[in-house]
Amino acid sequence: MKPEFPRDRLSNVSSSVTGITDVAPKKATIREVIQAMPLRVKLASLWLLLVVFGAVYAKIDTAWFGGSLPLQNPNFQTNGFDRATGTFGTGEPIEGMSGAHWLGTDAIARDTFARLVHGGWVSLVVVVVSAACGVIIGGFLGSLVGFVRGRTETIIMATVDVILAFPALVLLLALVSIFEVRNLFVISTVIGVLSIPAYTRVARANSLAISSREFVTAARAIGTKPSKILFREVIPNVLPTLLAYAMVAAAFVVVVEGSLSFLGLSVQLPTPTWGNMINQARRDIKINVAQVVWPSLALSVTVLSLNQVGDYFQQRRAVKGSNL
Amino acid sequence: MYISYTTSGRSEVVSRGTSTCWEGVALSSVDGSSSTPLLSVRNLRTHFDVGGHAVKAVDGVSFVVHEGMTLGVVGESGSGKTVLSRSIMGINTASNASTTGSVRYNGTELIGKSKRELRDFWGEEMAMVFQDPMTSLNPVVRIGRQLTEHLRAHKKMSKAAATELAIQLLTWVRIPEPEQRLSNYPHQMSGGMRQRVCIAIALACSPHLLFADEPTTALDVTVQHQILNLLSQQQSERKMGMVLVTHDLGVVATRTDEIAVMYAGKIVEKASTSTLFSDMRHPYTQSLFWSIPKTSEPKHTRLSAIVGRPPNLAALPVGCSFADRCPYVQPICREVEPQLTTDSNHSFACHLPVGSADADAALSSNIAQGLAQSEAAAIRRDAQTGASA
Repeated sequence: MKPEFPRDRLSNVSSSVTGITDVAPKKATIREVIQAMPLRVKLASLWLLLVVFGAVYAKIDTAWFGGSLPLQNPNFQTNGFDRATGTFGTGEPIEGMSGAHWLGTDAIARDTFARLVHGGWVSLVVVVVSAACGVIIGGFLGSLVGFVRGRTETIIMATVDVILAFPALVLLLALVSIFEVRNLFVISTVIGVLSIPAYTRVARANSLAISSREFVTAARAIGTKPSKILFREVIPNVLPTLLAYAMVAAAFVVVVEGSLSFLGLSVQLPTPTWGNMINQARRDIKINVAQVVWPSLALSVTVLSLNQVGDYFQQRRAVKGSNL
Repeated sequence: MYISYTTSGRSEVVSRGTSTCWEGVALSSVDGSSSTPLLSVRNLRTHFDVGGHAVKAVDGVSFVVHEGMTLGVVGESGSGKTVLSRSIMGINTASNASTTGSVRYNGTELIGKSKRELRDFWGEEMAMVFQDPMTSLNPVVRIGRQLTEHLRAHKKMSKAAATELAIQLLTWVRIPEPEQRLSNYPHQMSGGMRQRVCIAIALACSPHLLFADEPTTALDVTVQHQILNLLSQQQSERKMGMVLVTHDLGVVATRTDEIAVMYAGKIVEKASTSTLFSDMRHPYTQSLFWSIPKTSEPKHTRLSAIVGRPPNLAALPVGCSFADRCPYVQPICREVEPQLTTDSNHSFACHLPVGSADADAALSSNIAQGLAQSEAAAIRRDAQTGASA
């Protein structure tokens, strides 16, 4: 007896032959992207999200709610004198972990956990500003010189190389000490400007490769203007690599900002940053090591997480790029 | 449509298929001699300066393309075909390239024009279909935008009108369900599809002259056939001039009106397609033709490849560049460079053109002396006589 023809399969076949929508691979959902991550990348992303959430939460708390949200005031001295009641606070300096102060208190009895959460804000802003400067300005310059070559390239790359040749931290110290007011804007701008050269080099290397691809010649051969080729053909292809690089560069920027605040050259006190928290707790390290450990741990775990996530995306990018 | 192989080893184009433009072209090339041709290339030279040596990629090429006519440019890898088409368009990007000579498009001299001036010609007047569809589309931009962007910028079309035309273009190049395809990225398409899209982009501004630079080399054979048919159909419908560059004589055999065979940057033989296939005069053309495998031959017949490799373009030998690989080679070939004959119907550059008594004598004596390059010729001759016997 003849086996019955599998009609349902037939309909599948015909739709996959004619149905164009079936041909296109489905775009990966966020859930699928997360599922594809190895555990370390998942943990790293989680930590980064926590830091960002904490920093934004703390900022919103002080800026819009006047500190009324459930998080302690990072600058409130819990043992300080209260004018209204005429009594001293009940807090103790350099306290250990407790229900009232999860991570204890610092040398002048301020809540360490609150300071840690608030300290993330400075790192966050510096990272975002430097990445934005790097991707926008550095990415544009690099793509431009890789595409047009010639004298423009010589001049811009020479400038970039001179800046890169300086030890970054020394240059930063020199620049930062020029400014009398060292607020977050000044610090992040200076670090942002100094991160441009590295991005420029990365963008140029990619732009060189992209510019010699045939679709750029093809665009030229239908009479596209060079400016349009740069923005439509070259830069969109350089961008993914640049964003993956931004993750790795962010780790470096966090350390640089930390070093600056440790030296007291970043945002002025009493604004908490992880770097200045380490510096302040350093004096009492014999009495309570934990006060140095917490901000140091936050800093290193953040850097490690950024490296993990950055590496992961760079590798994914490399695989994808080879398929294009 | 097909070439028939006669036992003498020569071949004839039996028919150019159903192509009706053949007569039309014949007419236009007759009166074309009085009016300005669409493209006239005279003594074009493109040299690359490499470490002080001039690499002569294109060395004194002249030809004419009339409206509605297809010129086939045939040659091995490294014979300067691609550089030739890019030099004519002026899209050679290498900074060490220098192009001299004359390229006249509708009477306008293009050599010496700035990139800015040339941009008015690119796309609108002449366009190019590239060799590898895998790399000639921007991987991060949707097909629709790649098609419409240029239309909107150059022709100041509205978004809706450009999209409509893009759909029309995709229909012309036979892409099913063009509306859906517009939102696809190139990686979602097959090679043949992408080449169709490339052709659609090239045709978008309705150019009058189309360069097809080995448009099917990166595609498999069945798709090759479709793409070539599509190109010649679009060419005859739009009355475009077309320059079809390829290394495959079989590709140009049925789809061109005239063929120029290039070797080492020079045209070595040029004739109308039917003349060339019925009466090959240059040994290189003949060798190229014989290196096409034939279905009429018995199985496991040794393919007669051309011995040796193309000469170094930076240090061309004195005399004929093909001498080292030519089965007919005589001392004169290594001393005096043959010039292209001036016969406009069939010109060739050879001291001992195939079919002449001198050439036959030269071949016999070379085989007798057992010269290396005549080995392949001998195998070939044996195969021929064996097949006819």
